[in-house]
Amino acid sequence: MVNPNVQGKKYPATDPYLVGREKIREFAHAVKSTNAMNLDVFAAQAAGYTDVIAPPTFAVVIQERSLATVLADPEADIDFLRVVHGDQRFIHARPIVAGDELVSELEVASVKSLGAHSMVTFETKIYDVDKELVCTAISTLVVRGDE
Amino acid sequence: MTHINIAALEIGQEIGSTEFLLTRDSLVRYAGASGDFNTIHYRDDIAAQVGLPGVLAHGMLTMGAAVQVAVDWVGNAGAIVDYQVRFTKPVVVHPVDGAVLVVTGKVGEIDAENKVVRIDLEAVFADTKVLGKAQARVQL
Repeated sequence: MVNPNVQGKKYPATDPYLVGREKIREFAHAVKSTNAMNLDVFAAQAAGYTDVIAPPTFAVVIQERSLATVLADPEADIDFLRVVHGDQRFIHARPIVAGDELVSELEVASVKSLGAHSMVTFETKIYDVDKELVCTAISTLVVRGDE
Repeated sequence: MTHINIAALEIGQEIGSTEFLLTRDSLVRYAGASGDFNTIHYRDDIAAQVGLPGVLAHGMLTMGAAVQVAVDWVGNAGAIVDYQVRFTKPVVVHPVDGAVLVVTGKVGEIDAENKVVRIDLEAVFADTKVLGKAQARVQL
């Protein structure tokens, strides 16, 4: 069982993640994007961006860095082998652009029990170097209990 | 900035449909690109050990591919301002044949004042919907 007392717990900001142009292209190919904004610098610049922009789900890479801290936190007591991804949401203030340096701050929004299982919802805020919010990523993990 | 005339849209209107072939290669590629190296996404023995019907696609790969239908419609990945899904069923990826995911997008809601359209995505694998409440809000 996940420790219900971690509800409301905030984790410190991660080290900055530098978003590379080729990383965006690699991720775009992986999610089968053919959108020029993800791949072609000139197309992205013609649309007003400074460089290629990331696909809408790329923020998961940044979220994951915060999540890793929680999964390693003995107080939270989350058994990764029992974790199933329940739902995911990304609310973008703006797209992630190549060259961005991003940090994320995670808060455990809720811990609920569902029979033997636990449902943990995380809210991760992703900021750029100017401390402007880029994306809020909300993720619910289902942690299976003993049947 | 967009070719889409919001006034001409209707609720329920189909905006596009795409068939994605997810192979084991796709899973390895997504693992590398995302950093999610959970072994259930590439090792049959471990998938079987934890009681799964086979190697599964990353839920985030299904989510990431599905939204491309909305991206292709609007022409700009940066127009997706809010995107959410529930992972309701696993996508089992056969070692030889892979898995075919068919994604269809429909207009779910029109906010003409703010020029935001909600696209509801349906992702089907083996006659089963694998995502629930898959909604992408598109800023026109």
